[in-house]
Amino acid sequence: MAKILKMGPSPHIRTKETVDDVMYDVILALLPALLAGSYFFGIRAIIVTAVSILSCMATEYICQKLMKQDIQIFDGSAILTGILYAFVIPPYMSLTYVVVGAIVSIALGKMVFGGLGHNIFNPALVGRAFVQASWPVAITTFMYDDMGGATMLDVMKRGLSTDMALIEKGNLYLNTFIGGMGGCLGETSALALLLGGAYLIYKKQVDWKVPAIIIGTVFAASLIAGADPFLHIFSGGLFLGAFFMATDMVTSPHTSKGKMIFAFGIGVLVSLIRFKGGYPEGVAYSILIMNGFVPLINRYTSPKKFGEVK
Amino acid sequence: MKFFGFKGGVHPPENKIQTENQAIETLKAPKMVYISLLQHIGVPLTPCVKVGDRVLKGQTIADSEAFLSVPVHATVSGTVKKIENLPFPLMGNVQTIVIENDDQEEWASLRKVENWKEASKEDLLSIIREKGIVGLGGAAFPTHIKLNPPSDTKIDALLLNGAECEPYLNSDNRVMIEEPEKVVEGIKIMKHILKVETVVIGIEDNKKEAIEVMKKACEGTGIEVMPLKTMYPQGGEKSLIKAILNKEVPSGKLPSAVGVVVNNTTTAAAIYDAVVNGLPLLDKVVTITGKAISEPKNLRAVIGTPISDLLENCGYKEEEAEKIVMGGPMMGMAQFTLEVPVIKGTSGLLALTKEETNYCKPKACIGCGKCVDACPMSLEPIMYARLAAFSQWEEMANYHLMDCIECGSCSYICPSNRPLTEAIKIGKAKLRSMKK
Repeated sequence: MAKILKMGPSPHIRTKETVDDVMYDVILALLPALLAGSYFFGIRAIIVTAVSILSCMATEYICQKLMKQDIQIFDGSAILTGILYAFVIPPYMSLTYVVVGAIVSIALGKMVFGGLGHNIFNPALVGRAFVQASWPVAITTFMYDDMGGATMLDVMKRGLSTDMALIEKGNLYLNTFIGGMGGCLGETSALALLLGGAYLIYKKQVDWKVPAIIIGTVFAASLIAGADPFLHIFSGGLFLGAFFMATDMVTSPHTSKGKMIFAFGIGVLVSLIRFKGGYPEGVAYSILIMNGFVPLINRYTSPKKFGEVK
Repeated sequence: MKFFGFKGGVHPPENKIQTENQAIETLKAPKMVYISLLQHIGVPLTPCVKVGDRVLKGQTIADSEAFLSVPVHATVSGTVKKIENLPFPLMGNVQTIVIENDDQEEWASLRKVENWKEASKEDLLSIIREKGIVGLGGAAFPTHIKLNPPSDTKIDALLLNGAECEPYLNSDNRVMIEEPEKVVEGIKIMKHILKVETVVIGIEDNKKEAIEVMKKACEGTGIEVMPLKTMYPQGGEKSLIKAILNKEVPSGKLPSAVGVVVNNTTTAAAIYDAVVNGLPLLDKVVTITGKAISEPKNLRAVIGTPISDLLENCGYKEEEAEKIVMGGPMMGMAQFTLEVPVIKGTSGLLALTKEETNYCKPKACIGCGKCVDACPMSLEPIMYARLAAFSQWEEMANYHLMDCIECGSCSYICPSNRPLTEAIKIGKAKLRSMKK
């Protein structure tokens, strides 16, 4: 009998790139920031990140079991959420909170919506928002060089005193850019995040305009508000949010124009929160708020169809 | 002339190297030829021979009064053995005339045009129809209709599609390299019919030899050869017009709406043979390739040759083949049997291995938007899959579903391997059936 040939519609070939490749590309791009974090905060950074990743994967495993889905904890998405969640919390936060936040990220941020691709909000930020609401002190206690201290944004917002060592160490701009200061685990080094971001842009996983618009908007708003624009863009979670969270494929618009609007919205919200709101930082909330607008943005930014009569 | 390019598109591995330097070989006509009576877009033809009749090579064996139709001809001399429904490469079964080849090569008398430069447009169109010429790029649209746009539309440009943007295929490429004079003469005939000044041949820049040969052949004719960026679907009619002339064919309209007629370069060669030599369209150059083929070739086969003949001639490795595709890998049709014959629109025959098709289980859509960026028509394929999952056919139409050219770029690029093109095809079929 002749061999049974496979049928199916065209196209009959497909790209080699899979969802897993996309996820691992982003994970790879986050490695410089992880290295920078462990340089500045020591082994603690690695421990927190590892605990976060393992908690995320375990949570996803349990959820997928309960929901009778295929177990796909190695597709990279849970690992990615674990890294991102670890990056947006202070490295010296209690490991209990790290675990709770990671569980919330996956369970409430992703699996309740149906799993990968179905969530509306960035899971890591959902975890962070939960911890911030539950243990506000734990998530805003930053240490650097064994000294508790305010972050650069605290200093600028509330006129608090920063640890003088940081300022004495030399060029303030250079330090904030490289990351030698207090802050969240993966947020402090703008340089390391920029390296990872450049890799993603090169691999075409990220549209360069998204981070450019967010950072540009905050820069311009800082100028208008009379604040130091460089300290503002290099401090807090702006680079991490701009390169790695606002560009999250699942929770950002799929049209090119939509991505621009989304990015601009984040930039405006970050500036409003920083200059008019109650928090010194505002990247996480800005992204979460704009995540909620994504379906609406998609709806009104359909590209102009080829041959559409103007 | 400036090259404008088009938005979107993908660049799959070209896989042209296996056959690009393989000169066209002529495959011996088989013992039995199977001539399907639906070789063009339109309605099936009515046979004008019956079982037992002796037919001569080149003799018309079926025709139709319908507007969108062209006749088919006996591609060998011999006896009509059967007229029945048999497997057809594009879908299901179609009435087919089976001729037993007597190897006599006895030709029917062939009408030709002695001096086409003095012939009228009507004469030329009628001989093009009579010889069964259809667009040989794969769509098989009757050429005489394409060359006769409505009298109220003014045609000012003729574009020749030598892009051959489908990966793997080289049949147009080889015809341009080996028969440039035929192509150029055919173009001149079309130019004479359409009375246009602007004539441009677009060829993708991965076909350096064809570009050189055609440039040389076009010297002094006023026909321009334009290298195009290698990018699928560069050869799509609308993409080609956008890339060369920077004109957008309005949604739902034909190229004539912007004063353009597009034809394939191999069709031009067939027009030359029909008009000057009186030859009906009897054979087709087919690229046979794929990893389950050990000797990839470009074969000239008579229409009606079973594809098994072509495969066997090229070292078909049955145990390695996963999919047999007629046409290119992006838009071709998968075949479930090797009993189907070569038809006028056949330009390639691929025996693909599992590794080549690179199939993987579909995963959830991560909303990356790569399909949106890849769509040459600026549509949002991501929405079609989402809406099709909930049977929202009308909503799909609101997203301009009917403008989709089914090029497959979205499915190709999708990292989750979502069945996007499939959703679109189903959606289109649903919408059409709802309109009825």
